[in-house]
Amino acid sequence: MSCGKIFKFHNDLDTDQIIASQYLLLPTIDEMKGHTFESLDPQFPQKVRPGDFVVGGENFGCGSSREQAPSVLKALGVQAIVAKSFARIFYRNAINIGLPVIVCKELPDAVNTGDEMELSMEEGVARANGRTFSCTRLPAYMQQILNQGGLIASLNQEEA
Amino acid sequence: MGQTIIEKIIAHNIGADEVKPGQIVTVQVDRVMVDDIMMPFIVGKFEEMGFDRVWDPDKVVMIYDHLVPASQQDDTRHYKVGDAFASKYGLTHVHRSDGICHQLMTEAGYVKPGDVVFGTDSHTTTYGCVGAFSTGIGYTEMAAILGTGTLWVKVPETIRVEINGRLPEGVMSKDVILRIIGDLRADGATYCSLEFTGDTIREMSVASRMTMANMAIEAGAKCAMFTPDEKTAAYCEMELNDFQKSLVGDADAGYIRTLTYQAENFVPVMACPSQVDQIRDVSELEGTPIDQVFIGSCTNGRLEDLRAAANVLRGKKVAPFVKLIVTPASRKVYREALEEGILETLAESGAMITHAGCGLCCGRTGGILSDYETVVATNNRNFLGRMGTSKVQIYLASPATAAACAVAGKITAVCG
Repeated sequence: MSCGKIFKFHNDLDTDQIIASQYLLLPTIDEMKGHTFESLDPQFPQKVRPGDFVVGGENFGCGSSREQAPSVLKALGVQAIVAKSFARIFYRNAINIGLPVIVCKELPDAVNTGDEMELSMEEGVARANGRTFSCTRLPAYMQQILNQGGLIASLNQEEA
Repeated sequence: MGQTIIEKIIAHNIGADEVKPGQIVTVQVDRVMVDDIMMPFIVGKFEEMGFDRVWDPDKVVMIYDHLVPASQQDDTRHYKVGDAFASKYGLTHVHRSDGICHQLMTEAGYVKPGDVVFGTDSHTTTYGCVGAFSTGIGYTEMAAILGTGTLWVKVPETIRVEINGRLPEGVMSKDVILRIIGDLRADGATYCSLEFTGDTIREMSVASRMTMANMAIEAGAKCAMFTPDEKTAAYCEMELNDFQKSLVGDADAGYIRTLTYQAENFVPVMACPSQVDQIRDVSELEGTPIDQVFIGSCTNGRLEDLRAAANVLRGKKVAPFVKLIVTPASRKVYREALEEGILETLAESGAMITHAGCGLCCGRTGGILSDYETVVATNNRNFLGRMGTSKVQIYLASPATAAACAVAGKITAVCG
């Protein structure tokens, strides 16, 4: 179980807020990641540390199909995203790039930015502020893609 | 037990008698759409996956629309990467300046009723207007499809939306879908198929259905579904086969929810800043000052949309301090609007008419707004920062309402 700090965001957080469309033309994710959450918290890329968590409400990652949204979060070292629910394209994209997306109905209302949290995907639980929260497990097919490190690794294993 | 339209399409695709919501299946892809924004990333992932051929070049459509014509120096890199990929792998369906991807996919005949289609843009739900299963995916999955021709999908549950009766004068299908999104909320149809039915829907043109299918994603839907009918057949220039004719939601199918509306009760509405489900009647917003109006996009840039705007603007002038930008959805729409005299009417009223493409909708080309400015727009999203800075106020409306606002210089109802 690994520990990290929480950055909490609101319901219906759209992909334009995660990475705005004017930055999608930057050639690499590394050049884009400094603009993550720019309209909401311009200091986010400096403050977040590898292993930290992003916590959202309902419908996290709604809006466009841009895979750059989960990709910049992964590139900044975000360990996992925990939200009450996810928009479907964001959810698929995150798993395909190997970024865990965890559905947990209770945790988001019980934590704030700056709180510490621990996550165990194996046990399907998260711990924060002295409480333990159960998380929804992924369907086996998706967990397998995630375990293999994303879709590319998964495809390469199928071929092998 | 009966089946919903999406269940029938997926079952047919995988050669099964029936499928159940929640089941994970691998579908054979009939067509894919790749847009310019994602091009370098798709090519990069395709190469990383080690593929040496595209599974079926005839099934791939590449469309440059967000970045045409280039507004920044780096935009041209995307065309170059795309052109090199097309040439290397023998892709022939490449549109370099013909209009918006979602308009072209149906207009140019790439999508037929019952097809399974994926695109690298969230508004790929649009092709449900002709009874196809279509939805948006990311670039890594697109690269995988280009190599394999397959994708796994979870069979979605279906929400049925039934609308009967006659829409009032001045109410467009945009007002209908905005009201439905307001009722469902931005996540009310997440992972679901939104199936539209009723005599109001049957009366609608394919273009009006397209507006609704386009915005299904704004309620989180995986896809939108309209039963293919004689209008669909005429639009697609084909005869429907037995399978396509069977794409009707059965009365005893397993719908998780049904919303029922009477068409006479719809009124012109707007989605208020900065969420698509913040729906208010236009009459409640009357008098709000505006700086700009945008009529265009894959939601509302078609001939009937431009015609509705021209009908409001004919013989009138855009308010002196308002910029009205009109962007046809495709070259075909542009030419038809030209021939019908619509562009002349719009130009005489003071509209700026641009080349066909995504234009201002994705906040990249002419018309970007500044802090505290307000725009009434016919596109599908009013997210913070979408059309300029994060302090721009975006109201989403129908083309008729948008045109009325342009004349008034403030928010006003179309018949007012």
